[in-house]
Amino acid sequence: MIALLKRDLSLSIRAGGGFGLGLAFFLIVTILVPFGVGPQSDTLRLIAPGILWVGALLACLLSLDRIFALDYEDGSLDLLATAPIPLEAVVAMKALAHWVTTGLPLTLAAPVLAVLLNLQGAGFGWLVLSLLLGTPALSMIGAFGAALTVGLKRGGLLLSLLVLPLYVPTLIFGAESVRRGAQGMATTTPLLLLAGLTLASVALLPFAAAAAIRVNLR
Amino acid sequence: MELVVNNLSCARGGVPVLERVGFRLTAGQALMLRGPNGIGKTTLLRTLAGLQPALEGQISSPPESIAYAAHADGLKATLSVAENLLFWARIFDTNDITPALEGFDLVDLAGRQAQNLSAGQKRRLGLARLLVTGRPIWMLDEPTVSLDTASVALFGRAVAAHLKTGGAAVIATHIDLGFSAQSLDLTPFRAAPQKLNDFDEAFL
Repeated sequence: MIALLKRDLSLSIRAGGGFGLGLAFFLIVTILVPFGVGPQSDTLRLIAPGILWVGALLACLLSLDRIFALDYEDGSLDLLATAPIPLEAVVAMKALAHWVTTGLPLTLAAPVLAVLLNLQGAGFGWLVLSLLLGTPALSMIGAFGAALTVGLKRGGLLLSLLVLPLYVPTLIFGAESVRRGAQGMATTTPLLLLAGLTLASVALLPFAAAAAIRVNLR
Repeated sequence: MELVVNNLSCARGGVPVLERVGFRLTAGQALMLRGPNGIGKTTLLRTLAGLQPALEGQISSPPESIAYAAHADGLKATLSVAENLLFWARIFDTNDITPALEGFDLVDLAGRQAQNLSAGQKRRLGLARLLVTGRPIWMLDEPTVSLDTASVALFGRAVAAHLKTGGAAVIATHIDLGFSAQSLDLTPFRAAPQKLNDFDEAFL
């Protein structure tokens, strides 16, 4: 299992691995929004938590179809399915690799980019915390969506449509906890719900995703 | 160690292609699957490897004993030959890739990225993966595609050595591999043309 994680990570940083894809997209969104909205710092401060979370979510979405599609195309997925490690573990490791290459860099870059959106000082810590809690759910839900669409040629569109509604709760509670944190209100409730979403998806979705892959490999 | 297949029917894309296939394979034996294109050799191998369920019939083999090699080699273009093999060795909980590198004449290529290999070299690497799985029953789907004569002989020797150490192999191929093996022509097992009346199948 560790071997699979290591392979996915080393593949992602080599040529064509798409390591910086999500990060670059996040950067572009957070740089462009202030230009689009205009220089009113009050408006920016108001929308910063939402924009940062939407940006992170879309950046995650961008690299989802690579999770299983590449392995499906070169036949590795067939071979992994006949290997001694359970398919559930394969899914969990691939989601983890996706998080390390997408969610984690986003979380680390978010406070820097939040300056561009004039996020209130109190919100920075909550932004990092909420992304740290929420992005694993994005990767895991995304891996489930990728598993559902693995056999389809150019399944990216269907994948986005399937996954977006599942992302909505994470987005709501993630952005809400940053907004409350920035305004000095209590953040316990949205953060707990966010953590609950992540834990539930990590606990349940590997099984659903593995079942979907088995059906798709037939 | 024994692979027994009894009364097996399998389908591809919801349409039955083979029915009532039966054979028995013990340690040290190889079975050549013969038959024209589209008869269902790949489908049979995928069913035996557990990648798709059988329509009916039984497959009995020791647990975790089957290594499957498909048309696609499952190689990562940006990993080197050694890294590709080492990955599969770790997945199958073995560690030594030297015999596999030597067995398929890949020692000189060990540091080269898989994307810079020729088609035949890629195939050899894909077949070398079988040696690091440490599993006794090999399921090989057209293993000699894009191999030259020397490499086919190399592959023949690898399979012969595997059989000698108590392994077994089911090989779908059209050519003669240069070792003695039983042969199974799949033509008589072709399924009668019929439609599955399982309405749900279209949605699963």
